[in-house]
Amino acid sequence: MSAPGVVITGLGAVTPLGLTVAETWAGLCEGKVGIDTITAFDPVGFTCKIAGQVPEYRIQNYVPKTHRKAIKLMSRDIELSVIAASEALVDAGLVTKGIDPEKVNIDPERVAVNLGAGLISCDLVELAPAVAASVTDGTFDIRKWGTEGLDLVTPLWLLKYLPNMLACHIGIIHDIQGPSNTITCAEAAGHLAIAEAAQTIARGGSDIALAGGAEAKVNPIVMIRQCLLKRATDQNNDEPAAACRPFDVDAKGSVFGEAAGVVILENSEHADSRGARIYAELVGVGQSNNINPVYEHLEPDGKGVWIAIEKAMAEAQIEPDDLDLIVPHGTGIPADDLAEAKAIRAVLGDAAARIPVWPTKSMLSNTGAAGGAVDIIAAVCAMMDGRIPAAKNCDRQAEGCNLNIITEPRKASIRYILSCSYSYGGQTAAVVLKTRNGND
Amino acid sequence: MTERVVITGMGIVCPLGHDVETFWQAILAGQSGVARTTIFDASTFPTTFDAEVKDYDFAGFTGDPSLHEHGNRGSHFVLGAAAQACRQAGIDIETDEPADGIDRSRLGIYLGAGEGSVDNDVFFAAIVAGWDAQKNEMDWGRWAEVAFGRMSAMRELEQEPNMPASHVALLTGARGPTRSCLTACAASTQAVGEAMMMIRRGDADVMIAGGAHSMIHPLGLTGFNRLTALSTRNESPQTASRPFTASRDGFVLGEGAGALVLESLSSAKKRGMEILAEVIGYGSSTDAFRITDMHEEGRGAVQAMTAALADAGLSYQDVDYVNTHGTSTAENDSIETKAIKAVFRDKAKNTPASSVKSMLGHLIGAAGAAELITCILAIRDGMVPPTINLNDPDPALDLDYVPNKPRKMPVNVAMNESFGFGGQNDVVIVRRFS
Repeated sequence: MSAPGVVITGLGAVTPLGLTVAETWAGLCEGKVGIDTITAFDPVGFTCKIAGQVPEYRIQNYVPKTHRKAIKLMSRDIELSVIAASEALVDAGLVTKGIDPEKVNIDPERVAVNLGAGLISCDLVELAPAVAASVTDGTFDIRKWGTEGLDLVTPLWLLKYLPNMLACHIGIIHDIQGPSNTITCAEAAGHLAIAEAAQTIARGGSDIALAGGAEAKVNPIVMIRQCLLKRATDQNNDEPAAACRPFDVDAKGSVFGEAAGVVILENSEHADSRGARIYAELVGVGQSNNINPVYEHLEPDGKGVWIAIEKAMAEAQIEPDDLDLIVPHGTGIPADDLAEAKAIRAVLGDAAARIPVWPTKSMLSNTGAAGGAVDIIAAVCAMMDGRIPAAKNCDRQAEGCNLNIITEPRKASIRYILSCSYSYGGQTAAVVLKTRNGND
Repeated sequence: MTERVVITGMGIVCPLGHDVETFWQAILAGQSGVARTTIFDASTFPTTFDAEVKDYDFAGFTGDPSLHEHGNRGSHFVLGAAAQACRQAGIDIETDEPADGIDRSRLGIYLGAGEGSVDNDVFFAAIVAGWDAQKNEMDWGRWAEVAFGRMSAMRELEQEPNMPASHVALLTGARGPTRSCLTACAASTQAVGEAMMMIRRGDADVMIAGGAHSMIHPLGLTGFNRLTALSTRNESPQTASRPFTASRDGFVLGEGAGALVLESLSSAKKRGMEILAEVIGYGSSTDAFRITDMHEEGRGAVQAMTAALADAGLSYQDVDYVNTHGTSTAENDSIETKAIKAVFRDKAKNTPASSVKSMLGHLIGAAGAAELITCILAIRDGMVPPTINLNDPDPALDLDYVPNKPRKMPVNVAMNESFGFGGQNDVVIVRRFS
């Protein structure tokens, strides 16, 4: 990316390993797995009964009084994003109207919001009484719904489930008035939102952006979709910690979960001028498409991922040997992991054998639109901390992957990190981060 | 030097037609695409009408319908719109060996696209089976038994909002930057704006941009009816979408898709394409006000219009035509009028500002793309589309809304406005190419 650069100055994360970045990073370093039996609903009858669930929280503690009435309009996806956004702003030293109206240090029109969001499924329990009131002879009767059921649906029901409401609640809470977008590209959405926000800053559209993604996938409709598509594992329900096995020979599918990740992106001159702490620089973005009539899988050679990585590295102006860490998408779906591994090797060539690869989903679960953002945050933590945690559950690499997956934690001096993702449906994304520590 | 971005192809599938010329003739004739709901039985809903795409078969636009047959309505609509746009722009589709001179890794997609409908029969049946009214709780085992037994994997997959873009990728072989966004009713204007930015940055030579959406399904209609956002003029559907009138009572739900081929000027020249218009400005903002209401003074709308003008390097005095968001809700039409007055000052009352939603209904995520196509046709033919059903103007709203009859006048610069729930504001400006 041409000057001025775009840097990361704040991090916020809510994950199955904790309600903050610090807790999440500590959990990753300790090798904790945030996957367990589903408690959000009774998963009896589901082929996959496990998920990555966020620890308990009280949303009231994260919402200023001025916005408390709007809590009833927040689906869980929105709540998670609101929590992560607040942490990221505070971490970056930014004071908004929602943090302290007396000490605001941002220009609302010069701050953007760009979040990845999922297809937010409605709460079936909330809807059920209205459906139950619309039954004739044991079956749902649409005419009765019109006269009886419809009125039982809470008036503002729809607004809880529009994907752009994550960004809108955050905008209202913090009085952020700049460009705002919501990227709905499933598991690639987090990367793509961060990419677009960086481009908005680079073209002068804003000085600062909240970017990332959030999704709460532990919902019966969302989970059954992954079960029916056979993307969710139907094995290891009794051994949740061993269930998600990216690139492993015993992998049987992914495990889904919920999370939010928000980074503060900032024009580097703006960050320098206010003396902000700079975590890393975002130096390359690449995007492409997987073209596969089997929509739910990557094409076997991973070409869409391959093109995205190649473009991101070209923009970053780096060679494969410059990379010190790769955080792949690595879902635990065998065919997709193999295709992704092939894509990584196709771009990196011989260097792929040396560059550490650290998949996170065995610990954090597959959190959809949040995944890319959480991975970028984990990557920044590794860079800042100078260490790479061990990948869990990758005990024996599946044939054909041939990646240098890190199974023991290690210290590392990290200059450049590549993180990539793809959606089922086909959009692919890659991001390159560069250290701001010392020389590279 | 930043690339100039031009339009080289357009396609539309909407309630007024399944191709651009049919659509445009209907608009100029002031036709309404509104009628009783036929997609499902809405006869007992507060609103019993909508603007539907009728008699449309996506299979006519693809050589291999089986690759797309499980797509949701939005995906099917956008396949037709994208195929038309590609044909006009000379983009080869459904081939491994395109001869159109476009590097596939520099051909991208950006759609403002909505979710597909839930699989209604089984969605409701599973809830009926699982709900224990005595205990007031769901028996998930009974729910799962019905759901696992009857839900289809592909029908579930196709509800994801990124799927319309996936279908377009398969149709065109696009390997360039691809995104899908969903900023409610502003989504496809935003998609076109961001697609333009991708070409300006040099990330792509050609972008297929636009939108696709249908919320004409039981839960969609329920949601909007509960918000009291829809007109309930059931006795007269064709006059129900009546923006800027004193008697307006809500919008009319529509559906469809619009696709535009955006291309760098150098690529279009190299390929010898006819240039339909130039995209010159984009502005995006958020109200940061309330989830349920627009900012009273249209603060965000003003910011987005101002930003788009600045991006285009124009003054409000240069704009010949405003295609309003004009939904026919009490709130939107009044606040949008205020916002236009704030931006256009002395020229506000002399700048034609019409709403094609009076004819087309509200295509939600796809609205902006359809309306931007209207802007480009207005430039091409020197005809400004009317706002129909404008027989009892709201005395408080006093702009030139082009009532009821199209107007012949030269249009060089047109501004398209889209505003979404939650306070999303997006504006794109197009200009006659010279």
